[in-house]
Amino acid sequence: MFETLSHLTLQQYWWFLISLLGGLLVFLMFVQGGQTLFFTLSKTRDERTMLINALGRKWEFTFTTLVTFGGAFFASFPLFYSTSFGGAYWVWMIILFAFVVQAVSYEFRSRPNNLLGGRTYEVFLFINGLIGTLFIGTAVATFFTGSPFIVTDMNHSKWQAATHGLELALNVHNLTLGLTVFFLARTLGLLYFINSIDSHELIDRCRRHLWYNAVPFVVLFLTFVTWLMLREGFAVHPTTKEVTMEAFKYFNNLLAMPVVLVVFLGGVLAVLYGIGTGLLSRKTSGIWYAGVGTVLTVVALFLIAGLNHTSFYPSTVDLQSSLTIENASSSHFTLTAMSYVSLFIPVVLGYIWITWRSINRNKIDSKEIHSDDVHVY
Amino acid sequence: MEHIDFALVNWSRAQFALTAMVHWLFVPLTLGLAFILAFMETMYYKTRDPEWKTITKFWMKLFGINFAIGVATGIILEFEFGTNWSNYSWFVGDIFGAPLAIEGIMAFFLESTFIAVMFFGWNKVSPRFHLIATWLTAVGANLSALWILVANAWMQNPQGMRFNPDTARNEMVNFWDVLLSETAANKFIHTTTSGFVLASVFVIGISAWFLLKKRHQLLARRSMIVAGTFGVIASVILIGSGDTSSRELSRIQPMKFAAMEAHLDGGSDVPLIAIGVLGPNTSQPITPDTQEDMIFKIEVPALLSLMTHGDRTTYIPGIKDLLYGNKAQGVMPAVEKIKLGYEAQQTLRAYKDAQQAGDTLQALQLRSRFEDPAWMQSTFKYFGYGAYYDENPEVLKQNITRLVPNISMTFYAFHIMVGLGFWFLMLFALVLWFIYRQQIDRTRWLLWAAVWTIPLAYLASESGWVVAEVGRQPWVIQDLMSTMTAVSHIDTTSVMITFWLFAITFAALVTAEIRIMLKQIKNGPNDGGH
Repeated sequence: MFETLSHLTLQQYWWFLISLLGGLLVFLMFVQGGQTLFFTLSKTRDERTMLINALGRKWEFTFTTLVTFGGAFFASFPLFYSTSFGGAYWVWMIILFAFVVQAVSYEFRSRPNNLLGGRTYEVFLFINGLIGTLFIGTAVATFFTGSPFIVTDMNHSKWQAATHGLELALNVHNLTLGLTVFFLARTLGLLYFINSIDSHELIDRCRRHLWYNAVPFVVLFLTFVTWLMLREGFAVHPTTKEVTMEAFKYFNNLLAMPVVLVVFLGGVLAVLYGIGTGLLSRKTSGIWYAGVGTVLTVVALFLIAGLNHTSFYPSTVDLQSSLTIENASSSHFTLTAMSYVSLFIPVVLGYIWITWRSINRNKIDSKEIHSDDVHVY
Repeated sequence: MEHIDFALVNWSRAQFALTAMVHWLFVPLTLGLAFILAFMETMYYKTRDPEWKTITKFWMKLFGINFAIGVATGIILEFEFGTNWSNYSWFVGDIFGAPLAIEGIMAFFLESTFIAVMFFGWNKVSPRFHLIATWLTAVGANLSALWILVANAWMQNPQGMRFNPDTARNEMVNFWDVLLSETAANKFIHTTTSGFVLASVFVIGISAWFLLKKRHQLLARRSMIVAGTFGVIASVILIGSGDTSSRELSRIQPMKFAAMEAHLDGGSDVPLIAIGVLGPNTSQPITPDTQEDMIFKIEVPALLSLMTHGDRTTYIPGIKDLLYGNKAQGVMPAVEKIKLGYEAQQTLRAYKDAQQAGDTLQALQLRSRFEDPAWMQSTFKYFGYGAYYDENPEVLKQNITRLVPNISMTFYAFHIMVGLGFWFLMLFALVLWFIYRQQIDRTRWLLWAAVWTIPLAYLASESGWVVAEVGRQPWVIQDLMSTMTAVSHIDTTSVMITFWLFAITFAALVTAEIRIMLKQIKNGPNDGGH
């Protein structure tokens, strides 16, 4: 069934899947956002344990999504993998370190004899939440702002900045998206706490802190989007494949793909509605609206970065080295084989949904974290 | 080769080796213990005997501590293919990326989703669902291993692909050839069963310690029966797959095979070295005049020939034959391979230049070579060797000696792995025998031996990967890409810094892990209950 599709169609399909994984990843970074908040939110040790355990049941989803996002990107657009990972070395290394320290912290935190002390592991979680969101946001922003690299005729890539990616973090536009993701993750984290913990005082505090995080998020997001709509973008000529700068490219992309525009606007509204529910009502379902909205918005942003003859990983030093979904992709055969594998994705989402519900059926309360029959971090 | 920065290559290799070896401290236990947990919980489900639940939960706690750090180191490996081996990522990403993605989609989610049910679901889901979750975790963990091992096997024995000169990379043409290659099958069976054996040693060793301390004796005896039985079965398959792997190696990676036995001069009737100590010659560059150099050895006559080909008269090439050729036996000298590889690389270069210059006719002509199966088989096959070419015959001569892996590391690692593998089988058999005779509690020497075998299991397991990965040097992809050409263009200092950052982080985390683990073992099943 996939064999008969054109190479371009498969490339577009895989760009969509990458976008979807990206969207899911940003949504699931509510775990990272939550990790930056438990010092602020908790007044007692029990409260902190509840917050950490609420996240502790979900951190592996985020982690696994990140790993799968990496793997899928490698498989479908290997030239991106070799160019960006090998070039922006420090950015990816910093992200890596942030995730390495996260993976052990939940399990080790409350164990006796854990060498560094529980507090250190809590700080690790905080670092993961801060650095992970900030740098992933920054890295994704380079899809629009470009990076300094060249690709040779043998498709070997060479980064042209000695700081190997750190220079990207100094770009204000990149940082804006980094901070947007950071505050979004915190907002989602709060909405998730409101949904999954049973403690009035704690939830009231969450709702108050929602103001402090949702407002900066909205301001930063609007700043980023306004700038994105106004800036010129990296356009690819449909036949010659030559890359040129085009005014209002990303805005034009939205207009040229009305479905994406609808997805984008729908996503933004859903996020705002989710936040509003958390701020202005006693409902606990805000996370679902904001979560779905986040996925939709991020998918739309990825789609305007890569589709409609746009370079998704542009080079600022040599425009013609820029990566597009066409020149960076795997072969027709590999994309076909991978497309069959992608049919498993709904199955995966299905069993995640079932297990998520069965674990979250009862909210976490102070009784549960003292129970002998449950794994407590 | 003058443009190669060997400091960069070595630091990049060191970083990858460090990550891989630390990762492998935790993976085999996950692979095996997951199944042991599933067996134990099945016993609980069938009998509803609360002791089985206690047993399952005790080992599950250790499983959780071990799992977290395995995950932490695993993500680094995936990213390092890109960060440190950028040229590699492009040259073979079309084939190598796919298993990594499939691993994520089909295995990692299975594992991490159901592990959450395993840990948090005891009172939230039905006992039946919980049992299924435990089994699915075990299946998911081993499926994860499957895909990365398929990818690794492909590097050792690349097939199912075709080189595309336009993109300057290898492209997959047959998924099933990649997935179902003999190398992949051997590697998967050998690696997962090695994990089963390690986990069985782990469970038996800790149980033995409980028996020595006269604590939790029912838990210890039951655990020993489960792990002993699992261990015996896994050991037999492990040894069997080791045998088929080495037979296959002699065909696809003859240099690695020769290095495993420090076999310099080819011949028939080749003995198998059971135990040996290498002399200094083997750590020098191997020239045509290098002599076999063993300070001490115990050999089994003709066994290597017999094991590889079932016939003592078959010829097995030595390292010197592989480097300098042996006409009589039809072994091509390395210098010829280097020249052919260089020709292949130059053809690609000329093709690109012709394209650039707009010389369509010339370009088409050059391109047609890559479509010609005869040329691909006779010349392109040695593409990777081209990196060792030099016009100066003296330099070329030196370069040839770089085609040999580190002999002593490969040799010792191989012998440690094999020797210990047989000891583990014996240990399992002894433990089961004494349990059957109801004398295990009193057989203190065996209990102590079981305790001290735990570190040996880790040693054997790591040695296995040293054989596989050091032994296949200098190739990242056998004959097609050398390690030195696979590396990313970064400055050496950056890699040095990240190497040390990783080393310090790992040292801290591994220490913490071991301390936590020991404390939990000491506390036994009664602490916390989770």
